[in-house]
Amino acid sequence: MRAFLALLALLAFMPTAKAQPLVADLSSHLIAITTGFAGTELLLFGATEGEGDVVVIVRGPDSETSVRRKARVAGLWINRDEMRFAGAPAFYRVAASKPLAEFVPPALRQRYQIGTEYLRLQAPADANPDEVAAFRAGLLRNKEAQALYDAEIGRVSFLGPRLFRTRIVFPANVPTGAYSVEVLLVRGGQVIGAQTTPMFVNKVGVGADIYDFAHDWAAIYGLLAVLIAVFAGWAAGAIFRK
Amino acid sequence: MALLPVYLPLAETAIDGLMLVAIGAGVGLMSGMFGVGGGFLITPMLIFLGVPPPIAAATGANTVVASSAAGAIAHWRRGTLDLKMGVLLVGGGFAGSGASVWVFGWLTRLGQIDLVVALCYVLLLGGVGILMFAESLRAMLAPSAKAGPAKAASGKTALSKPRGRWLRGLPWQMQFPKSGIETSVLAPLLLGIFIGVLTGLMGVGGGFLLVPAMIYLLAMPTSVVVGTSLFQIVFVSANVTFLQAVSHQTVDIVLAGLLIAGSVVAAPLGARLGAKLGAARLRVLLALLVLAVAGQLGYGLVERPDDLYSIRFDLAPPPQGETP
Repeated sequence: MRAFLALLALLAFMPTAKAQPLVADLSSHLIAITTGFAGTELLLFGATEGEGDVVVIVRGPDSETSVRRKARVAGLWINRDEMRFAGAPAFYRVAASKPLAEFVPPALRQRYQIGTEYLRLQAPADANPDEVAAFRAGLLRNKEAQALYDAEIGRVSFLGPRLFRTRIVFPANVPTGAYSVEVLLVRGGQVIGAQTTPMFVNKVGVGADIYDFAHDWAAIYGLLAVLIAVFAGWAAGAIFRK
Repeated sequence: MALLPVYLPLAETAIDGLMLVAIGAGVGLMSGMFGVGGGFLITPMLIFLGVPPPIAAATGANTVVASSAAGAIAHWRRGTLDLKMGVLLVGGGFAGSGASVWVFGWLTRLGQIDLVVALCYVLLLGGVGILMFAESLRAMLAPSAKAGPAKAASGKTALSKPRGRWLRGLPWQMQFPKSGIETSVLAPLLLGIFIGVLTGLMGVGGGFLLVPAMIYLLAMPTSVVVGTSLFQIVFVSANVTFLQAVSHQTVDIVLAGLLIAGSVVAAPLGARLGAKLGAARLRVLLALLVLAVAGQLGYGLVERPDDLYSIRFDLAPPPQGETP
């Protein structure tokens, strides 16, 4: 909130505000995943110069994603075919100040990947287009089921003619990594201002230490996991002995 | 909604801690009572709660180490654990899990490994369940079982028709005083190898197959079987936990800790409850459980899934973002 007030002060006293059609910032650039983390939300706020509507696109780090399809083999449903997509963001959200169809032409949606249907997911070059479409739809469905994507467009609300804000909700299973938050000001079907803000989702504290330990000292970690389990079993037996 | 959300650092999601403790308790109770690890129950429950499948399986194995250790120790104190038999089974089990890597490669080259494994599992469990159910029902209805719970609890109720005489008749006969039987050294070794191969292929502890196999093939008394099976499961699941932690980093210690807290408390209670129930009734209940699991697995294979498409869990997640 303090950053929000600072921005307001900045806007009020900036004589050259006209040069910048769009300013925006996040309430925090770091989501710290601690032991008690159960999802969180960030506030994105900003101001526009003159007329226009705002689109916000939040993207997590891109990664290779494998989609599998079950097929019926001898009467049983078994994983059969698989397709790998490149360029699938780990997390994806869009918010806008008006329904997209009213102010964003398809060409813009294509260029800025606005909406899950416009995500550029790269399938292998030799893949059958019908198959690609089916696997792509499967990927989007699964990501939505995990709350990592959302086909629904979030709401950017204007407070007066210039100030806007939106809430970005991150679920408990938010993937770690470097995120980008892109804000576009659209007027007359054209992008007249854009700003990309980086954001990070990192594990901190005990959780981060456990994660690092499991990866850097895998053998000791495995041994420890077994020893703790055996000890717990023994201790419980000793305590609950008749 | 969640009373006590706890973030699981390797599963990378938050789940209600109290619910995890409760799941652990349910599995521990079953483990102490029947001598099965309970991995078959934990893994699907965790997947249902949103834990990625490989982490659910590996962490499930870690939990089974604790519940089976608690159960095994309780049985050891009660004198219902045949250490000699257990050591032979563990030896065979390790050889078998080594061999399973080779069998896995062979089946993969043939194609359809998923189908073979799934089918094997359902048929084995279904077959064992039906045989056990019929046998134990007959034993329970027979007049000898009506001698009272005291006699049934001693577990010395002889089976009407023990199978697997050829297995016990193999060379190198040995006395197993704890079980009160004489059998070939090769019998538990071969059984251990067989279970070890299946464990490696299907990622389950094998208690479900081991318990009936000891009862019907080795002709061991039911009361000793439970403790001995738990003893073997401690080692098999410890092996799985260690290998998974080393090769895939899929053991979530926070998740395991919560499940273990529930299971170790409940396991000794399960052992006590099992002793009260008596051998014959225990066998009927176990048979029903085996059949339920087989039925559920079979149904899952036959029923058309809601979504044919699924995302494969990536074992190498993207690296941590740099802090600005």
